[in-house]
Amino acid sequence: MKKVLALALALVMFLPAFALGAAAPVDGEIVLGVFEPQTGENGGGGFQEVLGMRYANTVYPTVKVGDKVYAVKLVEADNKSDKTEAVSAANTLIAAGAKIVLGSYGSGVSIAAGEIFADAQVPAIAASATNPQVTLGNDYYFRVCFLDPFQGTVMANYAIEKGYKKAAVITQLGDDYSSGLGAFFLAAYEKLGGVIVSNEQFQTNQTDFKAILTNVKAAAPDVIFAPSSIATAPLLIKQARELGITAVIAAGDTWENGSIIDNAGKDAEGVVLSTFFDEAEPANDEAKAFIEGFKKYLVANNQPDVIPAVSALGFDAYITALAAIEKAGTLEGPALQQALTQVEVVGVTGAISFDENGDAKKDMAFIKTIQDGKFVFLQLVSVK
Amino acid sequence: MSFSTILQHALTGISLGGAYALIAIGYTMVYGILRLINFAHGDMFMMAGYFMIFAMASMPWPIAIPLVVIATMALGVLMERAAYAPLRSAPRMSIMISAIGVSYLLQNLATYLFTALPRGYPEITLLKHIFQIGELSASLVTFVTPVLAILLVLGLVYLINHSKMGMAMRAVSKDFETARLMGININSVISFTFAIGSALAAVGSILYFTDRMSVTPFSGALPGLKCFVAAVFGGIGSIPGAMVGGFVIGLTETALVALGYSTFSDAFTFILLIVILLFKPTGLFGQKTTEKV
Amino acid sequence: MKKEMKWLLSLATLALVVWALTALEGRRNEYNMLYTVLQKGMILAVAAVAMNLLNGFTGLFSLGQAGFMAIGAYVTAILTIPATKLPGVYYISGVSQAILSFRGWTDSLPDWFQTAFPYLALIIGGLVAALFAALIGYPVLRLKSDYLAIATLGFSEIIRAIIASPQLNLITNGSYGLKSIPKLENLLVTFLIAAVCIAFIVLLIRSSYGRAFKAIREDEVAAEAMGINLARHKQYSFVISSFFTAVAGGMLAMYMRSIDSGTFKIGLTYDVLLIIVIGGIGSVTGSVISALLVTAAKEWWLRFFDQPLVIAGWEVPLFRTGFRMVIFSLLLMAVVLFYQRGLLGHKEFTWNVLMPSNWRKWLNKKQAGGKRHA
Repeated sequence: MKKVLALALALVMFLPAFALGAAAPVDGEIVLGVFEPQTGENGGGGFQEVLGMRYANTVYPTVKVGDKVYAVKLVEADNKSDKTEAVSAANTLIAAGAKIVLGSYGSGVSIAAGEIFADAQVPAIAASATNPQVTLGNDYYFRVCFLDPFQGTVMANYAIEKGYKKAAVITQLGDDYSSGLGAFFLAAYEKLGGVIVSNEQFQTNQTDFKAILTNVKAAAPDVIFAPSSIATAPLLIKQARELGITAVIAAGDTWENGSIIDNAGKDAEGVVLSTFFDEAEPANDEAKAFIEGFKKYLVANNQPDVIPAVSALGFDAYITALAAIEKAGTLEGPALQQALTQVEVVGVTGAISFDENGDAKKDMAFIKTIQDGKFVFLQLVSVK
Repeated sequence: MSFSTILQHALTGISLGGAYALIAIGYTMVYGILRLINFAHGDMFMMAGYFMIFAMASMPWPIAIPLVVIATMALGVLMERAAYAPLRSAPRMSIMISAIGVSYLLQNLATYLFTALPRGYPEITLLKHIFQIGELSASLVTFVTPVLAILLVLGLVYLINHSKMGMAMRAVSKDFETARLMGININSVISFTFAIGSALAAVGSILYFTDRMSVTPFSGALPGLKCFVAAVFGGIGSIPGAMVGGFVIGLTETALVALGYSTFSDAFTFILLIVILLFKPTGLFGQKTTEKV
Repeated sequence: MKKEMKWLLSLATLALVVWALTALEGRRNEYNMLYTVLQKGMILAVAAVAMNLLNGFTGLFSLGQAGFMAIGAYVTAILTIPATKLPGVYYISGVSQAILSFRGWTDSLPDWFQTAFPYLALIIGGLVAALFAALIGYPVLRLKSDYLAIATLGFSEIIRAIIASPQLNLITNGSYGLKSIPKLENLLVTFLIAAVCIAFIVLLIRSSYGRAFKAIREDEVAAEAMGINLARHKQYSFVISSFFTAVAGGMLAMYMRSIDSGTFKIGLTYDVLLIIVIGGIGSVTGSVISALLVTAAKEWWLRFFDQPLVIAGWEVPLFRTGFRMVIFSLLLMAVVLFYQRGLLGHKEFTWNVLMPSNWRKWLNKKQAGGKRHA
């Protein structure tokens, strides 16, 4: 019995070695890496971004390099919303022969893996990572969305416009996105004359915010700015309402996710957030076609037919990658990186071209609110 | 900090302490009998959370709760039979590694089966009803937790001191070999201990997660360790001690977070452990045992 | 087998390994998976052998490995991140002036210092960890095995909390982690560092100190009666083990290029524990072999078990993300329950394995053993 078990175990350990060769890219095929969290606290958002990329792959399945036409294959690696796993996932993608990597959702993991991509000379295009550090100092990282300093200013402007003179900020320790955005909001808000009455921080994986919220309640703010992950959002909202806090709750782009409405229920009414895309306001024809086609794709994949902004960004990241490959005419890493610095694409979230840091020149944000259990468009903000 | 804020924090702390107390009892009972730190106890508490999610998806809560308790008890007994019983005569390190292994297995199994996306915990509307007393505002579950914990502990102490099984449990924890010689069925005593510990952990998990509203495969690891510290603090082997330990840890954790040192709230628990082990290793209510060579 | 023959075989293998590693270095892009597996495997081998010294040879069940690796990793990282990149890494609160000026000074030193500096950083990391171990060891090593395990686990978490605390933002960058850590030169360098560390530990085990450790493992009271100073020897074992664990941590930081406090959760200790359990608690060669095997298996499994598998158009039902970790845990349980000795048990690998005359001896021993049980 023991011997049989031992043999079985040995087999299980060594059989996968034969799979090693199978994953290498086939002739006539280019591999694009999908570097997204599909599990962990950012799994929800990451999955939506992946859907956008997969849909783009069905709409544009081939790319022309020089004279040859190649099929584009997506290889996905789950970074589990964890910086340590991100390093493994990045190595996996490079080993799979990815020419360009798309992702990640979550600035922290993108920052962590940035070095690895730059070292291997594989350009990476982030769809929704908004922290400046993702592209700063890294020539190989680009992004197709706006940045947190911009987003923080937008939300601060909105708060002051609405007459909220006192604000509380709640951020997640150790999350680059949350802490960065919180800091930018704080700076912009104070510059406009607002008063920050409370600045609290919570730990990753914390689920009980009663102590923090009690302190916030004692400070009596008009608005609470709490940029956090999708997982913690409903907890914060519900526990705040449970403690009797009536202030308006605001956040950044991560909160545009249906699960927050599902989990927080009635308490989510009135939440305000900024985001990248709204299906009621298509920027151009490409966007109109995308909205129609992607809605069908969502329904076919058992998802609600409301288009998440990050999916649109995932789509844009994909087509930007393809445009760069065609522009470069070759598959060499440095050449692709060069092409990306000069590429110009009309995406579904607007025109995309990169500045010297690798950031897309975006100056539009959509402010939405939750009303009657749905995300409702409030206003468009442009900062020149 | 105003008085009502302090009171609100105290309420949160006591509620958290109650949940911790229920879990700590499981640790102390198992250690008393097997001299084993059941690293997997915290993960069983996490699995109970997942069982609840699935049970509530198809049944009303009066049926779901007992079902979850029974399922957790079954899991506890199974764990003991499969992973600890075969190693009873093996060196201490092996059985501890086995406990770590079971903990690891449960976490990875949960990640695989339920994905590591945090799952929303179902709401028992009755328990979540919000009460406002002056400036204080809390849901019913916050008040129910410590009361229930104390009641269950009293019930358990009565059981241990006034029933045949309880006497058997006390005998086995005093001296394993002699109890066996006296004709006590060791296996059933141990299984019974695990069953009770798991049942209490299940109740604790329902109370804990109702407050927190989300479960991930890793929600059980750290509370588990903290509850072990609570058990040591109160005196390992002593059930009232575990309860006191649980409340102490719950209150200090909340106090630290309220004061702004949330990063240290976890570390503090371990500092407490080391201090206790150095100065009073038997804990608050524990008894001194002499080690014969 | 003659002694000269054994020496010859060992030297030949060494030469073969060196040649293979150098050849692999040149073909890094083709064999990327093998490259990463070897590097990570060697780093974990050092950690495993260090843990084995403490748990396997001295019998002290300590679970604090992750904490010491964290200390080694952070010290190495802080000392080696180029001064120009420091402000970028510490972008939230800025970097402490002391670190900035120290790094500015070291960056201006001559080239020979620059090439030696990363290794110096590893050693300094090890020394800092050894210092912590000396301080912690004094109160903690007196405890019984269960309590020692929890106490060291607790210290590991305390160290992690201190590193991640916002109060230390200027030094450790709090919970945001450090990035832009320069990498390990090449495979050969990794191998050399690992070889030196493991050689040192092997020499220690073969010395009188090693014998004292084994005596403590077998029976503490008898060892004390024989005149071995328990407290002092336990301290030695703890401090030396922590030194090498920290060096492994530093190498891990250089391999991963970016670390944060989450990298050093308790799970990392469990990973190393798994390696020494599979390899055999009490066997150095077992730990090394097991480290490479387990790392390889984990990486291969990542690509095999976690992706949906389609055989002839039919999708095998169980394969999706997370499956490999379940298999991994089952493997650990199987080893703990059925193969407590692990791969090599208490024995070490010797060249005698290659002699056919020995095979017949072992077969006879097994049969004789079987007959005795019947």
